[in-house]
Amino acid sequence: MYASRSRQAHPEPFAIRASVGERLGLAHMDWTLTLATVALVAFSVFTLGQATTHDVPGSPNYYVDRQALYGILGVVGMLLLTRIDYSRFRELRVGIYTFLCASVALVFVFGFAARGSRRSFELPFFSFQPSELGKLLLVLALAGFVIDGARRGSARQRTVRYLCLGLAPAALVFLQPDLGTSMVFAVATLAVMYFGGVPWTHFAVIGATLVASIALVLVVAPAVGVPVLKGYQEQRLTSFLHPSQEARAAGYQQAQSVVAIGSGEKTGRGDRATQTRLDFVPERHTDFIFAVIGERYGFMGAAFVLSLYALLFWRALRIVTLSKNSYGTLVAGGIAVSLLFQVFINVGMNLGIMPITGIPLPLMSYGGSSVIATFLAVGVLQSINIQARLSQRGRFAW
Amino acid sequence: MALRIAVVGGVAVALFAVLAFRLWDLQVLSGAQYLAEAKNNRSREFKVIAPRGEILDRDGNVLVANRTSLALQLNTQKLPEDPAVAKAELGRLGKLAHMSPRRVRRTIKEQEEVAAGAPVTLRKDVGYDLVYYLEENLRRFPGVTVQRVFVRDYPNGSRAAHVLGGVGEVSEKELKQGPYKNFEPGEEVGQAGIEYTYNRLLQGKPGLTKIQVNALGEPTPGGQLVSKPPTPGHNLRLTINSSVQAAGESALADRGLPGAFVTMNVDNGEILGLGSFPTYDPTVFTKPLTQRQVDDLYRSEAAPLYDRATEGLYPTGSTFKLITALAGLEGGLITPQTVVDDTGKITVGGQTFENSEGVANGPVDLVSALRVSSDVYFYLLGLKMWDTNQLQHWAHKLGIGRPTGLDLPVATNGLLPSKQWRDKLYAEGETERPWSAGDDIQLATGQGDLQTNPLQMAIAYATLANGGSVVTPHLGLQVEDAAGRILKEFKTRKRRHVDIDPTYRAAILEGLHEAAQSPGGTSYSSFASFPIEVAGKTGTAERSGHANQSWYIVLAPYPHPKIVTAVTIEEGGFGAESAAPAAKEILEAYFHGQLAKASENGEAEGSEVAASELEGGHG
Repeated sequence: MYASRSRQAHPEPFAIRASVGERLGLAHMDWTLTLATVALVAFSVFTLGQATTHDVPGSPNYYVDRQALYGILGVVGMLLLTRIDYSRFRELRVGIYTFLCASVALVFVFGFAARGSRRSFELPFFSFQPSELGKLLLVLALAGFVIDGARRGSARQRTVRYLCLGLAPAALVFLQPDLGTSMVFAVATLAVMYFGGVPWTHFAVIGATLVASIALVLVVAPAVGVPVLKGYQEQRLTSFLHPSQEARAAGYQQAQSVVAIGSGEKTGRGDRATQTRLDFVPERHTDFIFAVIGERYGFMGAAFVLSLYALLFWRALRIVTLSKNSYGTLVAGGIAVSLLFQVFINVGMNLGIMPITGIPLPLMSYGGSSVIATFLAVGVLQSINIQARLSQRGRFAW
Repeated sequence: MALRIAVVGGVAVALFAVLAFRLWDLQVLSGAQYLAEAKNNRSREFKVIAPRGEILDRDGNVLVANRTSLALQLNTQKLPEDPAVAKAELGRLGKLAHMSPRRVRRTIKEQEEVAAGAPVTLRKDVGYDLVYYLEENLRRFPGVTVQRVFVRDYPNGSRAAHVLGGVGEVSEKELKQGPYKNFEPGEEVGQAGIEYTYNRLLQGKPGLTKIQVNALGEPTPGGQLVSKPPTPGHNLRLTINSSVQAAGESALADRGLPGAFVTMNVDNGEILGLGSFPTYDPTVFTKPLTQRQVDDLYRSEAAPLYDRATEGLYPTGSTFKLITALAGLEGGLITPQTVVDDTGKITVGGQTFENSEGVANGPVDLVSALRVSSDVYFYLLGLKMWDTNQLQHWAHKLGIGRPTGLDLPVATNGLLPSKQWRDKLYAEGETERPWSAGDDIQLATGQGDLQTNPLQMAIAYATLANGGSVVTPHLGLQVEDAAGRILKEFKTRKRRHVDIDPTYRAAILEGLHEAAQSPGGTSYSSFASFPIEVAGKTGTAERSGHANQSWYIVLAPYPHPKIVTAVTIEEGGFGAESAAPAAKEILEAYFHGQLAKASENGEAEGSEVAASELEGGHG
C-alpha cells in the first residue's frame, strides 16, 4: 500500500532545476496524474475536431477551439491550485459551503434555462454551471466539517449531520432539475463520510434506506399518483432495463449509442463512422462522446481512454494514501470516488448498462464548467501530493 | 483506513472490469453485427414513382397518356411543435390551396390513417404560381414540399371512357382482398375498365433511391447511396379503332338519349368500338371530386358511369329473331322455305299477340319474315318451341345471359328466361305464375323477361356470321414497351363452337340483308343507298315504364361479314328510327376508305363494280 515510500530514497525522476521546479511545485507534482488528465483532454479535443466539423454551420472548429481553451484554462487553474496548500480550504469550509449553496440556488433566479432546466449562468464568454464546480466545493467543505466535528456528538448524530450538509446542496441541484449531478453530490458526500470513518453499520442503514426510497420513487409513488421524478427522468432511469424497447424515445438514444460503439469493432470506422456522424447518437459532443470514440477509434481507442481513467483513479487513490493529514485524505477520497462514479456512470450509459442521467464524462465531454472544475479537482489532488512530499522533507511552500 | 482504501480500490477494479468486459463484448465479440445494424441505420429508401404505361388505340393513337403534375405535400412531422403555430400554418396553406381548414384537417387525417408518417398529399395539380410563392416563402411553411407526380391524361376527353376506366389510390378494402391485396398503401392502381384489367401490365415498378440520412431522417449532403430507376409500365395497344369509336359516340350523343353501341370483328372478337351514353370525362377522377361532380356521376338518373353496352339489362325486341330463326331451323321445326300466313296476330290461351301496329303481312317464308320482321311468324315459332327449351338452348349456346369473357370488369350476365327459371321463382312464391307458352312467344321476339345487352347480342350475331365460332370479345391487342417494341400479343381464342348448317346461316343472313337493303325491309330507309351490302336487323323493345327502345344489329359486308355493330337507344322508338341510322354512321366510319373510293369509282364506273371490289375484304 505504501510502496511509494521506497521511492523516497531515490532522487525525483522528473527533477528539474531545483530553484524553478521547487518554486512552482512542479518537482513534487504527480506527473503520471498530470499526464493522464492532459492526455484525456487532448484526446477530447482531437475527437471533437474530427467528429463535430459539421455541427455548427460556418465554424467547423467551434467545439474544438472552445474545448482546447477550456483545457488550457483548466491546466492553468490546476497549476495555480498546486501552489495553494489545500489545508486552507478547511479553514474556509463555511465560506465555501455558503458559496456552494448560494451559487446553486441562484441558478433558480438568474439561471439560463435550457431544455426545461436551469443549471447555468449565462456569462459573456461561456455559460457557467455552478453545480460542476460544486462537486469539488462540496468535497472541500464537507471534509472540513467532518474533521472539525469529529469529536462532537455521537457517531449517529455526526452521520446525520454530514448527510444533511451533503444532501442539502444535492437537493437544490436535483430541483434544477439535474438528477445526474445531484447523484454525484450524494456520492461525494458518502465518499467523504466513508473516508471520514463513519461506521460500516451506518452505511448499511443508508444503503437500505436508499434502496427503499428508490423503490418508493419509481414504483410506489407513481402507483399512488404522487410522481417525484419527472416523466423523462423516470423513463431514462428505467429504459436501460428494457433494451428490447430500444426504438422507444428514451431507449432510442442509448440503443443508437450501443450500435455506434459496437460498430467500431477493434480498430474503429474513422471518418466512415455513421452513427455518431449522422446524428443517430444525440449529444455526441457531451454525454455521448464515449460513443464517438468507440465508433471512430474502435476498441483500441475506447480501451485507451478507459485505461487513462484507470490511471487517473489509481493516482488519485494513491494520493489518498499519501496525504499528510486526514483532511487531505478525505478530500482526495471524495474527489477520487466522485470521479470514478462519473466515469463509470457515463461510460456505462454509453455502453447501455447504466441509465441515462446526464452525467458528463470528466475531461472528455465538451463543456467549460466540467473540464475546468475537473482540472481544479485534480489541482487539489496535486496540492495534496505536493504537501505530502514537502512535509516529508520538512519544508513547506507558502 | 487502509481497509477502506483497499475496498474502494477493489470496487474500482471491479467497475473498470465491468466496463472493459462490456466494451470487449460490444466491439470485439458482437462488432460485426452492430456494424451491419449501423450501416442499415444510416440509409433510408425513398420510392420513386414509375409512370404508368400508355394506352393506345389499334393504330397507335394515344388514348391515355401521363402528364407530370405538381402535388402539394406536407410532412406533418415537420410542422411547428406549437399547435397554435401549426394550425396557423395549415390555415395559410389551406387558403393558398383553396381548401377550407376543415378539409385540410380531414385530408391529413385520412391519409395518416392509411400511411402514418408518409407525406400527406394535400392537393394534386397545383399551379406554378403557387409553387413559386411557396419556394420564396419556404420559411413560413415548414414541412411543405412540392412533389412531381404523374397524372393520367386523356387527350380525347371522354372518348372511350367506359373502356378505359380510371386509376386511383388503392383503398383500404382493396388492400385486404382482391387483386390489390398486399399492395402498398398510396399506390395508384387501375380502378375500372382496362386500367383495372391490365393493371399488372400498365403499372410500372417504382424505383428506389437510397439516401444517407441522419437520425431525423433528413438527407445528409452528398449522401445519395444507390439509385434504382423506376421501371415504367408497359404500353397497352387496344383493339379500338378510334374513328369507329368516335363515330359511335357521336352517333349516340347526337340522338341525345341513353344508349350504347359495340362494334366487333366477327372472326376474332376484337372490339373496334364500344361506348355508352351518357358518358363522362375521366379527367375528373384525377382530382378530388366536388360534391356536384359526385352528384352528377353517382346520383343522377343518367348514370354516366354505367356502361350500357356491357352492363345494360334490356329486352332486345326483334333483333332476337335471328336466334329464334336459328333455333327453329336447327331444331327441324321450320325450313327456310316454310311459309306461314301472317294474319297480323295470334291468340294463345286467351292472350293475343300482335304484329307491331297490327299489320298483316300475309304468307311469309323465313327470308321475308325477317325482311318485314313478321312477329306472327316468330310467335308461332316460339309457340312450337314451348316446353322444349329449344329456344333457350340456342340462345344459351350463342351466349345470351352468359359471361362473355370480355376483358373488362363486368359483373352482370343478364337473364335468359326459361321454364326452369320461372318455375323455380314460382315455387318460391316470387312470381305470380309459372312458365307458360306466352313466355316463349315473348322470348321469340326478344320481349318478356329477357335481359341482355348489345355486347351479348353482337356475339350471337358474330357466331352466326362466322359460321359457328363463339368469339371471346376483347380489347387488349398487344403489349409494347416504351419504344413501341411488341412484348406480347394477346391470343384471340374462341370460347366454344356451335354447329350451324351453312344453308341455314345463308338463309338467315339473306333475310337480314333483305331487311336492310331490299324494298320493304325494316331498315331499308337507312341502308337503301348504302354502297356496301349489309345484313341488319331492327328491334323495337317494349320496356315497362319506358317508351320503346330502339335496337339495330348489323353485319357487314354481306355475304361475308367482317364486323358486327350493335346499337341500342333507350326510348329511341322503332329500330329503324334511331338505332339503324346510328349504326349506319358507325359503318360509314369503318368503311370510310372504301366509301371514298366507291364514290370516286361510282362516278366513273358505277357503284356495282365498287361494291364487288369491296368483297376483297378489309382488315
